[in-house]
Amino acid sequence: MRKYVPKDDVQKKPYYTDRYWVAPQVAKFDVESDEVFAADLATIKEKCEVIEAYIQVDQMVVIIKPTDNFTVAQILKDECAYNQLSEVGAMDWIAKQNQYEVFYQFLSMSKRKRVRIKCFLDVDQAVESLNPLYRSADWAEREMWDMSGVKVNNHPYMKRILMPDDWVGHPLLKTYPLQGDEAAAWYEVDRIFGKEARDVIGPENREPARVDRYDTERFGRLGHEIERGAEFKEDQAKTPLAYQEEGGVLIIKKFHEDDTVEITDRKR
Amino acid sequence: MQQPNRLRPFFENISFDRKDNEMVINFGPQHPSAHGQLRLVLHMQQEQITKAHPDVGYLHRGMEKMAENMIYNEFLPTTDRMDYIASSSNNYGFALAVEKLIGLEVPRRAKVIRMMLLEINRLMSHLFWLATTALDIGAMTVFLYAFREREYLMDIIEDYCGARLTHSSIRIGGVPLDIPDNFIHDLKEFLDKFPQDLKDYEDLLDTNRIWKMRMEGVGVISKEMAESWGCSGVMLRASGHNWDLRKEEPYELYDEVEFDVPVSTKGDNYARYKLYMAEMRESSKILYQTMDMYKKTQENNETELMAHAPQYISAPKLDIMTQNYALMQHFVLVTQGMRPPVGEVYVPTESPKGELGFFINSQGGPYPYRLKMRAPSFWHTGILQDLLPGSMIPDVVAIIGTTNIVFGEVDR
Repeated sequence: MRKYVPKDDVQKKPYYTDRYWVAPQVAKFDVESDEVFAADLATIKEKCEVIEAYIQVDQMVVIIKPTDNFTVAQILKDECAYNQLSEVGAMDWIAKQNQYEVFYQFLSMSKRKRVRIKCFLDVDQAVESLNPLYRSADWAEREMWDMSGVKVNNHPYMKRILMPDDWVGHPLLKTYPLQGDEAAAWYEVDRIFGKEARDVIGPENREPARVDRYDTERFGRLGHEIERGAEFKEDQAKTPLAYQEEGGVLIIKKFHEDDTVEITDRKR
Repeated sequence: MQQPNRLRPFFENISFDRKDNEMVINFGPQHPSAHGQLRLVLHMQQEQITKAHPDVGYLHRGMEKMAENMIYNEFLPTTDRMDYIASSSNNYGFALAVEKLIGLEVPRRAKVIRMMLLEINRLMSHLFWLATTALDIGAMTVFLYAFREREYLMDIIEDYCGARLTHSSIRIGGVPLDIPDNFIHDLKEFLDKFPQDLKDYEDLLDTNRIWKMRMEGVGVISKEMAESWGCSGVMLRASGHNWDLRKEEPYELYDEVEFDVPVSTKGDNYARYKLYMAEMRESSKILYQTMDMYKKTQENNETELMAHAPQYISAPKLDIMTQNYALMQHFVLVTQGMRPPVGEVYVPTESPKGELGFFINSQGGPYPYRLKMRAPSFWHTGILQDLLPGSMIPDVVAIIGTTNIVFGEVDR
């Protein structure tokens, strides 16, 4: 029977996991344990609903509703002095709960603190662009759309950034094939010559050093050369390997194979 | 969108509906000063740029996708290919992120060696920056001089790990090797000579009329702009922010060494150039101190190079060869990979280009569920679209030069 491969997650899987394996957790701490973070969280809580908040590896993580992301960013920027948005990214949880997880990584230079704001949004839901607050969101959100397919509202120039404009699919989705799908394999051919040329051109040669000995049109065989386009025969006459135009080049002597001497005594 | 076909080829949706004098110029991706594969679509009024669209992605290899399908140790050599001018700093950023995730403490000697490698990489990167930028602006001599010095450093690195460009010299949990016998001697010889070299470059450039004309007052990044665009490293410090992660959020032993963070308030190309030169001096200072620290670890007989965490890190070779259980654990770690705990981590480090951060979401499996690399050059390329309008065409080359972007890192 063929092995079952789930279609909603084609990522590589560990080939063996112990039945009783329980993964340990990275410790989460209460936000109250850090004064600065506690104050920031209180400021956020005044205006927005906070679903969950904790400190993990010295950084505060706040999970909010996806509709609140702009408000929270504004609070962080104006009231809590988080002056840089260092990273935006998305995670694909579609297979598990039909949701994306979007995270925003903020940095406050004056407080030397980092906060991660996260929200879960449905597949057809969009987040608001943070571009008016932080210019770095411009490219970060474009990358998020390009790689994960998370839609962003009110972005000034929402286009793919790393992949070509007319690419199909979002590479960081767990459903995205690891070897490239049909559209990816024929991308250049379709784009330049049209789909009907697929048969003429044929699939891409993934081995650029491959030599076809029967193809005398494109390949010559060293030592057994025949005319271009002539039919290939198994027992071909040897042709001399040394080649140089008659008359030759100045100073350089023509190489004659017959005149060569084989040295057997290495010490000579 | 236009459907491309044979008769109507697809031009990536550049709109040619232009006003009277506007001209659209395509800069790159094969332009020699594009530092790799940067394409800029520039809208021009006469010589002046009115709009700039940086187009990246020509070097996109899908590293984040690769990371999700590789075990942690397998992925480490791939990070070399991000900022390939200073690859140890990428190795380090990734290794540190995984160590933070697991909660590992690296032995002191490994930390000292790591710092040496990081600072050598910083010097290599800055020298390369100086060489290429000077070449772009026309100073061929500086290019040759700076590459000569970089060659010494590459030889030193080669002595350590055998590679000159893609080092993979740092492992999760420590470093694979102790430094060779002649390493300290060679490094010291280089560092003793280096101030003179720096002086040579500065003699050639500092008061050079052409250099100053191309650099001073060109590509000015204001404090707010640098902040808003997520700039880091020299790009941020040249605009008046005193922010160096080695000082602000110290990792390794950077809180034990003495060095200054050069800052400028001008924000132009020239300020960035001066900062790079000053940073090279600071790096040499750190390297001198790490050499002393290394000698101290020798005296204290601290020989450990890898952290001891049998669940995650293979035991030393001797143990693997002599002890059955260590061998079994090593086998599992190599074939299945380590399984860090469930959790998330974002770890920034100060790479030569700026803040290099690794975000890892682990679900307790041998492959990261999501790995996001925050490469500084990505935002330093983005800022071009706000920075270039208003400047002249020849300034583009100088500005791209001083942003110090590397496309392995932008496109990942």
